[in-house]
Amino acid sequence: MDLILEGILKAFYLIFTLDAEVLGITLLSLKVSGTATLISLFIGISAGTAVALSRFPGRQLVVSLINTGMGLPPVVVGLFVTIFLWRNGPLGFLEILYTPTAIILAQAVIATPIVTGITLASIQHLPANLRLQILALGATRVQMVWLLVKEARLPLLAAVMAGFGGVISEVGASIMVGGNIKGYSRVLTTATVMETSRGNFDIAIALGIILLLLAFLVNAILTQIQQRERPR
Amino acid sequence: MSSKDNPAILLKAEELQVRRGGALVLDIPALDIFPGQVLALIGPNGAGKSTLLLTLACLLKPSRGRFSFNGREIDAGRGDVDYRRRVAMVFQEPLLFDATVFDNVAAGLRIRGVGRAEIGRAVPGYLELFGIAPLAMRSARKISGGEAQRTSLARAFVTEPEIVFLDEPFSSLDPPTREALLGDLERIIRETRTTAVASTHDQTEALRLADRMAVMNEGKIVQIGPVAEVINRPADGFVASFVGVETVLPGCVLRSSDGVFTAAVEGGEIQAVGHLRPRERVLCCIRPEHVTLSTNTPFPESSARNVFSGTIRKITPLGLFHRVRVDCGFDLVVYVTRQSIEELSLEEGKTVIASFKATAVHVIPRGAPPN
Repeated sequence: MDLILEGILKAFYLIFTLDAEVLGITLLSLKVSGTATLISLFIGISAGTAVALSRFPGRQLVVSLINTGMGLPPVVVGLFVTIFLWRNGPLGFLEILYTPTAIILAQAVIATPIVTGITLASIQHLPANLRLQILALGATRVQMVWLLVKEARLPLLAAVMAGFGGVISEVGASIMVGGNIKGYSRVLTTATVMETSRGNFDIAIALGIILLLLAFLVNAILTQIQQRERPR
Repeated sequence: MSSKDNPAILLKAEELQVRRGGALVLDIPALDIFPGQVLALIGPNGAGKSTLLLTLACLLKPSRGRFSFNGREIDAGRGDVDYRRRVAMVFQEPLLFDATVFDNVAAGLRIRGVGRAEIGRAVPGYLELFGIAPLAMRSARKISGGEAQRTSLARAFVTEPEIVFLDEPFSSLDPPTREALLGDLERIIRETRTTAVASTHDQTEALRLADRMAVMNEGKIVQIGPVAEVINRPADGFVASFVGVETVLPGCVLRSSDGVFTAAVEGGEIQAVGHLRPRERVLCCIRPEHVTLSTNTPFPESSARNVFSGTIRKITPLGLFHRVRVDCGFDLVVYVTRQSIEELSLEEGKTVIASFKATAVHVIPRGAPPN
């Protein structure tokens, strides 16, 4: 019991004294996962909308693949990104393995199918004739797609939450492609794993609490927007 | 505009065909839309009314066909943004955006890049016209079905389209709401002299809104013409079963007093009940079971104000009844029991007296004639 209590007390001490190492790790986590989420939103919303609005042979298969991708195990993503970035791998010339950039890449790969899948579902959920109605209002194709995405903005917020929530708490890929290098590529999850294995429970608990708070904060903000946007 | 194009035709469609999965779902050799007129498309579900509307509105690419708008060839399918910005379409469902009523009505203008100031000037008038001005700042998700359809109509009309396509705009509304909206739309279309093509499966709607009527079945137009002509002279059994129930006589009010008026129709005068002013245009509808036939001369004692002498042109047996077409200067359709046919020894060519009460005439006002 003492172990836990002591750990929690130490954790709050570290948080409230703005411990440099803990702060650095937290900021890097936010930066990496935020960037990865932005990239996945850009690709995922485009791809999801494109698949939702088009009819082509093999579309059913593509939709199945996207849905499977929504549950992609981070460790598998880590493995493949590592292989690609390995010195003599296809993207080895980039020399970004064991850098924060590599983590961003891996996390974007994890989040993109999630965002794509939710976008696909929310665009398809709009009334079938809405597309025709928008065109009948004189819209160009680009205007039509934009208005549809705008119309699906509430469910799309869920995509942002799910994408960010998925990558900020992911550990497998980050540790494999980032290497958990102190002060450079160490993020909240990888640090928690390491400190726990070393028996430094106080720091591990501090990192865990920060992770929980971050996840809560981001979701609270997005929920706030979603509730305010809800028509009265 | 080349000389061979008739300037009185606003939209001309030729050789229009739509195939779906190999089946021909729309086959229209030719269709003309005239400016300032309302064309009603009437027919059962699956007759191709919606498909035709979507094709005419350039929202559905036909398998083949040519369009010209104001004499200019336009690109069938969705490519012609310029054409799509000169017409508008209203669907059965209101299909509103998740925004305020005002923003919904402004949507078409925003798409056209119209500035904020001009939107502020244009939209309120149309909110007023469709009776939704008090709802302007309400969310479109929180208004009734009738209000939503009014918003959808205002959104179409605010762009001042040269043709409005209406795909059964009332069919998802309850009867009182439908009646109120139908009355308003009728007035707005006449006042703004909008050209419209409206699909419906309700004959009354078609009678009230339309100048011309096209009866559709299995992807084809089986008959097209002025409303009264289609209803009174159905081209075949299908049209007759679908619309040819009543005698419909277009007329013009001559005089009116004490709630009874006399209207001049082609080949005669009809008395009917209603407070109408002289020179107002009307459609007089008479149901065949409300007309009595007799062979007695002089006229029988009766309270019927409308008594005509006519010649039987055609007798068609319809089970229990016979459908008798009498030429009284205008064609009058009468249902007579088989027993009466025998008692009165009715036959084609015979002269009879047809009578019906002033209260039996269903009057549809069509507005004042253009001055």
